[in-house]
Amino acid sequence: MSFDVQKVRADFPVLAELINGKPLVYLDSANTSQKPNAVIDAMTQFMQHGYAPTNRSAYQLAAEATDKFEGARAKVAAFINAPKVHEVLYTKNATEALNLIVRSWGSANLSAGDAVVLTHMEHHANIVPWQMLAAERGFTIRWVPLTSDGLLDLSNLSTLLDGAKAFSFTAMSNVLGTINPIKELCAAAHKAGAIAIVDACQAVPHMPTDVQAWDADFVTFSSHKMVGPSGIGILWGRESLLDAMPPFLGGGNMISDVKLEGFTCAELPAKFEAGTQPIIEAIGLGAAVDYLTAIGMDNVRAHEYDMTVLALNSLNDRFGSDITIHGSTDAALRGATISFAYRDVHPHDISQVLDQNNVCVRAGHHCAKPLMRILGSNATVRASFYLYNTPSDVTALCDALSEAGDFFTL
Amino acid sequence: MPGLEDLYREIILDHYKSPRNRGSLEPPAVRSEGHNPLCGDEIEVFLVVKDGIVDDIKIGGQGCSISQSSASMMSAAVKGKPVEQARALIHRFKHMMSIDEGGEEPDTSAPLGDLEALQGVVKFPVRIKCAVLSWNTLAEALDIAAE
Ligand SMILES: Cc1ncc(COP(=O)(O)O)c(C=O)c1O
Repeated sequence: MSFDVQKVRADFPVLAELINGKPLVYLDSANTSQKPNAVIDAMTQFMQHGYAPTNRSAYQLAAEATDKFEGARAKVAAFINAPKVHEVLYTKNATEALNLIVRSWGSANLSAGDAVVLTHMEHHANIVPWQMLAAERGFTIRWVPLTSDGLLDLSNLSTLLDGAKAFSFTAMSNVLGTINPIKELCAAAHKAGAIAIVDACQAVPHMPTDVQAWDADFVTFSSHKMVGPSGIGILWGRESLLDAMPPFLGGGNMISDVKLEGFTCAELPAKFEAGTQPIIEAIGLGAAVDYLTAIGMDNVRAHEYDMTVLALNSLNDRFGSDITIHGSTDAALRGATISFAYRDVHPHDISQVLDQNNVCVRAGHHCAKPLMRILGSNATVRASFYLYNTPSDVTALCDALSEAGDFFTL
Repeated sequence: MPGLEDLYREIILDHYKSPRNRGSLEPPAVRSEGHNPLCGDEIEVFLVVKDGIVDDIKIGGQGCSISQSSASMMSAAVKGKPVEQARALIHRFKHMMSIDEGGEEPDTSAPLGDLEALQGVVKFPVRIKCAVLSWNTLAEALDIAAE
């Protein structure tokens, strides 16, 4: 199917809105994405005509709701090429999925003397849960450093992985845009006897995902970054690992039996899905997966590649040495998430001027403070492009940026 | 929507470009540190209190024009003033930023001087945190100095 960005835009009602009389230039999709009618309608329809509890009640409406809820799980499984549908677990978001891995797999497997390997480009969600457990258990955390152009420095990887029990890394940096060599990293982890955990929050929305080709052990991501609703995320894990792990949250739905003396767990996936699930959100996520599948993830990646090339070239052509773009200059090695510094103007001030022109970017530390310290700044401006962004969005960004430059000439 | 001129008044940009009392002080000066977790801004306040007077104050750290100019103006406003007056000014400034800390309505009879220019920040709610960061950090430094 050929990709037509104007057709895509027409699917996203918010992109047609005028704010203070001007169109919206939404460049914050790495943060969270906008929603197409397909998702909005699926959720609304479900609430209007099909809402009922899942996995609990025997009446027809509940059975149909359960089918839709489980149908969404099957869609997600197919989307990431999971071998088994029940390996796909609903969580609140990627953060909760990562906490689930650390609390459940980590508690069962990590103690003093063990090591876990992370990288300098991780989001706080893939740092803090490990630090929390490390403080209790006394295992060490080792870090894969970065090269000067924002790639992982893999020169010492085998030493770092030696004796480690887990290697947890982001598939794509939410600050630098760097796309990591996922397959190679999983293979290196396995060679060292470690499990491979892929934080795919920034990858699943933007490129084809194949957990089997990656040969990963756990993969996490959030629905809200992939045109789906907020409030739901995914943990995919190998059945053998999930079966061996203790439950994460306790309560209803995750049990097979409860007696006064104790409980037994339900089978997967319910074992890790305590309490009433995000039912409406699951329906929305299923619709998001259908939407992205119809467009084709290869097309999404190709469009974002073009946007990256255009944005990098335009920013460099217009601002030359006034702009410092972090990360790789090679669009083949990165996604369309572009962090930069512009002269000495503080990112917060830049985003204020951009906001005046309805150009929405993120200014700040992007929940990656260790990385920001390595970059030597407290904050960057981050413009992130998605399937609905156009060359005119790049122009709007550049125009607003030169306005900010004029305003803050020091 | 309020315009950029409402936020970035000339005097604010002046304090941003030429910050007053920038630097650090060695102990026995007290030091406190403030962070804005939203945007990563950091402010350091170094303070010497002698005989109930803010004898010296220096500002360190990095941040946006609003946080930096607010810190600069604050340092100029409290230097050489009695501690109670500095505390009263903190209360008054936060009140101006529509932060209700309870307590009495601040006395607004005295002119605010340069600080008046920060009034426009209230129209940009996300920036209030930037403007108030140094004032909270000063309050903490005054507490430490009083120990
Ligand atoms: C790389 C990465 N990991 C994890 C997360 C956390 O996602 P969420 O906030 O949806 O849990 C994000 C979101 O910003 C991210 O970019």
